[in-house]
Amino acid sequence: MKFNIVLALPEIFLTLMIVIMLLVDAFSCQHKKHLNTVLTFITLVGGFILQILVFRPGTSAFAFNQMFILDTLAEGSKLFIYLFSIVILMYVKQYINDKKVLKGEFYAIFLFAILGMQVMVSADNFLVLYVGLELLSLSLIGLVALNRDSTKATEAAMKYFILSALASGILLYGISFIYGATASLQLRDITLAIYSMNGENNTMLLFGLVFVIAGLVFKLGLVPFHMWVPDVYEGSSLATLTIIATIAKIAGIIFVIRILFTALILLNKEWVVMLQILAILSLFIGNIVAIAQTNIKRMLGYSAIAHMGFVTFGLMLVSQAGLSAVVFYMLVYVITSLAGFGVLLLLSKDGFECEKISDLSGLSKIHPVYAGIMLLVMFSLAGIPPLAGFYAKFVILQALVDSGYTTTAIYAVILSLIGAFYYLRVVKVMYFDEKDANLQVAQATLSTRTILFINGGLIILIGIAPKFLMLISSIFLLG
Amino acid sequence: MLTNVLFYLFAAILIFSAIRVITAKNPVHAVLFLVLAFVTSSCLWLILNVEFLALSLILIYVGAVMVLFLFVVMMLDIDVETLRKSFWQHLPLAIVLGLVVLVEMVFVLIAKPITLPHTVASFPSDISNSNQIGLLMYLNYSYPVELASVILLLALVVAVALTLRQTNKNSKYQNIAKQVAVDSSTRVTLVKMATETNPEVTISNKEGETK
Repeated sequence: MKFNIVLALPEIFLTLMIVIMLLVDAFSCQHKKHLNTVLTFITLVGGFILQILVFRPGTSAFAFNQMFILDTLAEGSKLFIYLFSIVILMYVKQYINDKKVLKGEFYAIFLFAILGMQVMVSADNFLVLYVGLELLSLSLIGLVALNRDSTKATEAAMKYFILSALASGILLYGISFIYGATASLQLRDITLAIYSMNGENNTMLLFGLVFVIAGLVFKLGLVPFHMWVPDVYEGSSLATLTIIATIAKIAGIIFVIRILFTALILLNKEWVVMLQILAILSLFIGNIVAIAQTNIKRMLGYSAIAHMGFVTFGLMLVSQAGLSAVVFYMLVYVITSLAGFGVLLLLSKDGFECEKISDLSGLSKIHPVYAGIMLLVMFSLAGIPPLAGFYAKFVILQALVDSGYTTTAIYAVILSLIGAFYYLRVVKVMYFDEKDANLQVAQATLSTRTILFINGGLIILIGIAPKFLMLISSIFLLG
Repeated sequence: MLTNVLFYLFAAILIFSAIRVITAKNPVHAVLFLVLAFVTSSCLWLILNVEFLALSLILIYVGAVMVLFLFVVMMLDIDVETLRKSFWQHLPLAIVLGLVVLVEMVFVLIAKPITLPHTVASFPSDISNSNQIGLLMYLNYSYPVELASVILLLALVVAVALTLRQTNKNSKYQNIAKQVAVDSSTRVTLVKMATETNPEVTISNKEGETK
């Protein structure tokens, strides 16, 4: 029995800091607003440093009876989650200060969500994967519901809660079938058991597989399990949405990679077909319905469905090239979305929520720099060269064509082209429409502005020199 | 043989009570059917020789959670029928969809029946059930158990955050520091006033006549 507790030090530190933060928040004076922000910042930076210290490159280390794994995939995604969380913290702190929500609780639940993601990405057991997933989804639901005076937020939280409980039920049902067929919950043991079954008597496994895929796909928000995405995007406050739409998606993708590529890799003939259908549907529904949206949050929700569909194309290739394309796509998508949400957060001031597309009209005259960053974000999401989003789409399409899916690649290009319409409309509203009287730019601190500019600059930089990030995403998959 | 008969009996009761939970018109009946569902599923566990889990299911869910739930249902006057109008509206569609899934599953199972690859291990009778579960929980599965406790903490924080309203004027809470700091002068005020003479006493009876 080896616990190897040292490997989980960052998670333990995170948990301890959450408890300390809750205590500090209960006993501190109301007017010390910045204490929570500073503590959260210390926690995230401390977690990041500890995470670097505990990892020995090139090895996969196990802890807690093989339930916890620290390989390059886990280490890389953990470091990126910490990094992106720090960026999110810088963007949301002003917004949270202005808004009338419970501040201490917001940061505490935010850290709970990060803990859930860290658990998910380094789990090597179905039980731990499930517990991490629940920790993440419950904190996200809590964050959505925290804005309790808004009926929209309450409705979104309720929908998210019920549908996510249903999806968890379906996922667990599938896992129970897989357990029945292989007598194990360890991902690696399941692979061995499936290998020794040699493709015979696998009805039970396939039964389980269908339900597991349905549960996973719900969490990613692919069609036909996408109904919650637009409602939750619209109902949650911008700060919560920034968390849901960025780092939570990374954790979700790594979660899917762990289940499909470690435990169920030998069943790939079966799940590739399912993923292909889901991805084709998602790309269609996401891009077409987004055109009709007037609310930018809702539009980004449908755009997220389409982007997840694109990522799924990379997953269904079952190849090293496909997987590193998936990781690259996710990193680029998150960096791009972070800049977009950063601008929206800075435009929301004193309880005014910048959420209609028309709220952005004439932004180029009020604040040309923010408008410029938003332009980069929209062009990058649409996949216009030479920005980062173009290369992300390019590597996935290249991997598709190399594996012989030429028709699918053409289909993806056509729908991305249709999707470019609604991204470009935002640009048109910002640059060519009359000034909106409501629009005010919040006073941002120098550090926030610096990070936003760096973030915007990265979109161009990755587009011009994608090699570096591509190298990182292929290193991800070495372990 | 007997266990087989018992299994099908309990399974039938379980399915029936589960259906009644969502179709019962009276919420108290629904809660009671849920209690029945818990009791029958714990009977199913007893058939499998896992007496500790079976008993803890009854103790925790029936004894604690459901009784609390029953109180909540009885205290709140909720007209469930009006809330569930849309439930009856959408029921036909839901039944059709459910049937499609069921038929598909049955077809798959008829074409390729499930054969269990592993024989179920029989329990040695000299090993205590709770002992084994305790060892597993705190040695093999200590990591998920600790994580589950974090989830409980999260649920606690969220529940407080969603219900706490300090800004509400109607909420009453004590300031302990102020309460401790009082002395007699803030509580009792002695006022000097002249003695009253000949107070006019009027006694009224039920009919309102004054004497």
